[in-house]
Amino acid sequence: MSRQPKSLGEEASPSLTHEMDEGNLLPGRTIEGTAKGTCKVPRTNCPIPAPAGDRSGRRPSKKRAPRAEGAAGRRGAQPGQKERAGGSPGPGSPRRKQAEHRRHPEELGERGRSSTERTCTERRKKDGRTSLKEQRAPSKKEKEVPRKEETWKRLKKHRSPSLASSASVGESLSEEELARILEQLEDKKKLIATVRSKPWPMAKKLTELREAQEFVEKYEGALGKGKGKRLYAYRMLMAKKWVKFKRDFDNFKTQCIPWEMKIKDIESHFGSSVASYFIFLRWMYGVNLVLFGLIFGLVIIPEVLMGVPYGSIPRKTVPRAEEEKAMDFSVLWDFEGYIKYSALFYGYYNNQRTIGWLRYRLPMAYFMVGVSVFGYSLMIVIRSMASNTQGSASEGESANFTFSFKMFTSWDYLIGNSETADNKYASITTSFKESIVDEQESNKEENIHLTRFLRVLANFLIICCLCGSGYLIYFVVKRSQEFSKMQNVSWYERNEVEIVMSLLGMFCPPLFETIAALENYHPRIGLKWQLGRIFALFLGNLYTFLLALMDDVHLKLSNEEKIKNLTHWTLFNYYNSSGWNESVPRPPLHPADVPRGSCWETAVGIEFMRLTVSDMLVTYITILLGDFVRACFVRFMNYCWCWDLEAGFPSYAEFDISGNVLGLIFNQGMIWMGSFYAPGLVGVNVLRLLTSMYFQCWAVMSSNVPHERVFKASRSNNFYMGLLLLVLFLSLLPVAYAIMSLPPSFDCGPFSGKNRMYDVIQETIENDFPTFLGKIFAFLANPGLIIPAILLMFLAIYYLNSVSKSLSRANAQLRKKIQALREVEKSHKSVKGRTTARDSEDTAKGNSKNATQLQLTKEGTMPHSAGQSQTAGKKAQDPGISSSASRITLPVSQHLPGSRPPGVRPDSGQPRPQTHPWRSASGKSAPRPPH
Amino acid sequence: MGSHGGLFYRYQDLAPQLVPLDYTSCPDVKVPYELIGSMPELKDNPFRQRIAQVFSDDGDGHMTLDNFLDMFSVMSEMAPRDLKAYYAFKIYDFNDDGYICAWDLEQTVTKLTRGELSAEEVSLVCEKVLGEADGDHDGRLSLEDFQNMILRAPDFLSTFHIRI
Repeated sequence: MSRQPKSLGEEASPSLTHEMDEGNLLPGRTIEGTAKGTCKVPRTNCPIPAPAGDRSGRRPSKKRAPRAEGAAGRRGAQPGQKERAGGSPGPGSPRRKQAEHRRHPEELGERGRSSTERTCTERRKKDGRTSLKEQRAPSKKEKEVPRKEETWKRLKKHRSPSLASSASVGESLSEEELARILEQLEDKKKLIATVRSKPWPMAKKLTELREAQEFVEKYEGALGKGKGKRLYAYRMLMAKKWVKFKRDFDNFKTQCIPWEMKIKDIESHFGSSVASYFIFLRWMYGVNLVLFGLIFGLVIIPEVLMGVPYGSIPRKTVPRAEEEKAMDFSVLWDFEGYIKYSALFYGYYNNQRTIGWLRYRLPMAYFMVGVSVFGYSLMIVIRSMASNTQGSASEGESANFTFSFKMFTSWDYLIGNSETADNKYASITTSFKESIVDEQESNKEENIHLTRFLRVLANFLIICCLCGSGYLIYFVVKRSQEFSKMQNVSWYERNEVEIVMSLLGMFCPPLFETIAALENYHPRIGLKWQLGRIFALFLGNLYTFLLALMDDVHLKLSNEEKIKNLTHWTLFNYYNSSGWNESVPRPPLHPADVPRGSCWETAVGIEFMRLTVSDMLVTYITILLGDFVRACFVRFMNYCWCWDLEAGFPSYAEFDISGNVLGLIFNQGMIWMGSFYAPGLVGVNVLRLLTSMYFQCWAVMSSNVPHERVFKASRSNNFYMGLLLLVLFLSLLPVAYAIMSLPPSFDCGPFSGKNRMYDVIQETIENDFPTFLGKIFAFLANPGLIIPAILLMFLAIYYLNSVSKSLSRANAQLRKKIQALREVEKSHKSVKGRTTARDSEDTAKGNSKNATQLQLTKEGTMPHSAGQSQTAGKKAQDPGISSSASRITLPVSQHLPGSRPPGVRPDSGQPRPQTHPWRSASGKSAPRPPH
Repeated sequence: MGSHGGLFYRYQDLAPQLVPLDYTSCPDVKVPYELIGSMPELKDNPFRQRIAQVFSDDGDGHMTLDNFLDMFSVMSEMAPRDLKAYYAFKIYDFNDDGYICAWDLEQTVTKLTRGELSAEEVSLVCEKVLGEADGDHDGRLSLEDFQNMILRAPDFLSTFHIRI
């Protein structure tokens, strides 16, 4: 009776069979059970005078008996059979017991209650959950007994063809009985469905399940519900399949996420901060794929398919002067020659309004795609920022149990592969280290004044550095503008800007890092500062680049007029030159011979293309030399070196998160700026991101070591996103400037011949839309409307901002309240836990005193189901008894909620010997011959 | 109950010479821990020994068929949270004293990280876990504390199961 919690798993089946064999239920249970059973019978209002229990015991048809036995025998399952065998024996004792019941209902009730209470508290002390289950067991059992009996009757009545022998008895079966057996069937089915999730602590589930299945099989068959059963089995099967399918689908989805395994691998060894770079890279790859699809699908492919072919017009032909070398690799490598006159660049596109049989408006599409590249990027960046913020707001709970969750739920028991297990060990260690770093940082007690002073000092130093480098860049750029006007400048003077820029880029970040060590920030915050500072430095890079580009563009634009005249004159001379036979019309000038403008758009596009490619190569070479070669050197030269290379000076490289993230962000800025002038740039970038994903993954895993202090990345990548957004704006500016205020080249590109690029919209509106639409557009473009609209937008932003602020404040308050409530609950629980513990001690003491009493009831209980059949009828006629009997159970159930250990749902604790009484009843009933 | 049948064959496969195919007579057979622990489902689990001990009759890891079925039903996907939490508690209660004390926690961390954390780190972690989850401040986790904590864990159900 007083089972140790440990025994839950261990003596499970033995004890169970034991109980069943002897039909010897424990006192507490039986009394409760009988009580319920007896009270249940009257409640059914069974019209039959004969007690239901009695009938259940005896009535069953011959037919059923063999079947039941056969089933039992077939299974060879011990418990059922044994139980049945044990249940049948003494009809005398049940009768005795029932008589006792009848005689002393009140007394019994008292006794029963006390004993149940006692036993349950006693058990509870050991294990709250089992006690619960055990207590609840009998009630259910008992309920089942009468129900089953009635089922029998029901069966006979309605399925009489098969039960002809008992037809006379069948007459007396009622509707309710059928209802009840159906209900019970449902119960059993439910049991079958949920048996796995029953918190029975033993393998007893198996026997339970067998019994239930047997029952269902038997009765459904008898009820002619074989079809229902099949349907049920089918549904179960489908449910299982559905679960499996969902699981597989989830796995499939995970597999579909590109590089998920690689990134997880890296995360487990290098921590989430390094992984965050790769996640960012992956995200960027996705965005670029969309941009690539947009540009290729709407611009390049239509042009290639439907535009006039290569060589038909001057802008699509390599000029005569370049023709010889146009296919040389060195020329192609510089994106000159054939590549320059291909659909990859702006200049290749014709200004024909519509192309092909689709009458595809290519210039319009080109313009709209250029705009939507920015539109889509803006939208996606902002949306992912917003969703990241939402995600981070909802995770308040795990903050309270960081370490506990890590300790108890981080191991994935599904792991069945030693490699995965190794990764998991690494990742758990890493995550513990991350949390430890966080913890140490938050606990760090130090001199606040000193820290503040150091931080101010560090910021001052860094600002000095930034200002210095900014001035240096400015100075160098100025000088280079002078140099560009001069003739025969030296190599250094020509490349001064680039050299200075790369020197700055090489030395400033480490310098910043050194200075940042003064600040003593948490590494995560330190990374943000570092990112921000290097970002500021790189802005200088961008500035010089754009400045140089602008100079170039303006130079080309100023030359344009001259070339235009030249072209004009060439054509004029060609057609009007003398010496040609006037009668035959002169063949048109070969496109390669037509003098060409410099086409500044293509020049800009080429510049961006070169920059992207060289940036990629520099990155790869740096990784190869700085990480891989270094790692090899350290690894293999360590055997023959005078100091420890691995621990000492060169050591292995750490993964440079800030540098890589910024490289990626600025590269993306280049793509945004350049994609308007070089539609093929996005394709190149997609390739670059793809290769760099594999290459860097390999490099990290092969030649880097984790950071000394592995730190957790902030949950959202919002800082990266914020920087990206800033770069997006910065790159939007020059493009918008070029579109709005620079005239397009006169002889290349889709907008040639127009005054400004955006004229293409006006043209479309005028030619392709009804006039009133044009008027509406003109009206909308009115500054008098635009300015109020902008004002309105500002107002809306202000309003939404204040709303979101107040909401987040409310959110924080609510969270605080929940926290407070939880605290209260916690303390309450611990108090209650202590009191119940005391209670159970008390009852344990009193237990021995009542031992005899228990013994007594036990005796009477054993074969109660047999005896019950005889007394049930009388009880049914005696509401007083039944009510008192029902009272017996009351205290127990009342006692339950308090004694229940918190966290255990009352319904989850299923009684262990749940079906036992029923079992014995059915076991007995089966072999009985019908009357 | 196909899975139970499958489980039985798995069990039988562990020690074909020990376990009879015919189980009608309910033979008293135990498969030794060495075989249980080398199942592919368990062999990489740092807690395999604990699992086997918790579910075995005498805490020695040798399992009968019933124990075996128990183990996989508790670890199955469909077992409810409470049940899993209860057994998880027992698994992490290394010294079987009904409480997860600091020593148990140290064992857990050491097993989880393969001893790669330093002693201070381990003790810091244990201290933090106790600080977070110990509701009644008695310096150890009772079942109640543990359930309280684990039922809030987002990953518990998804990680605490074995597919077979």
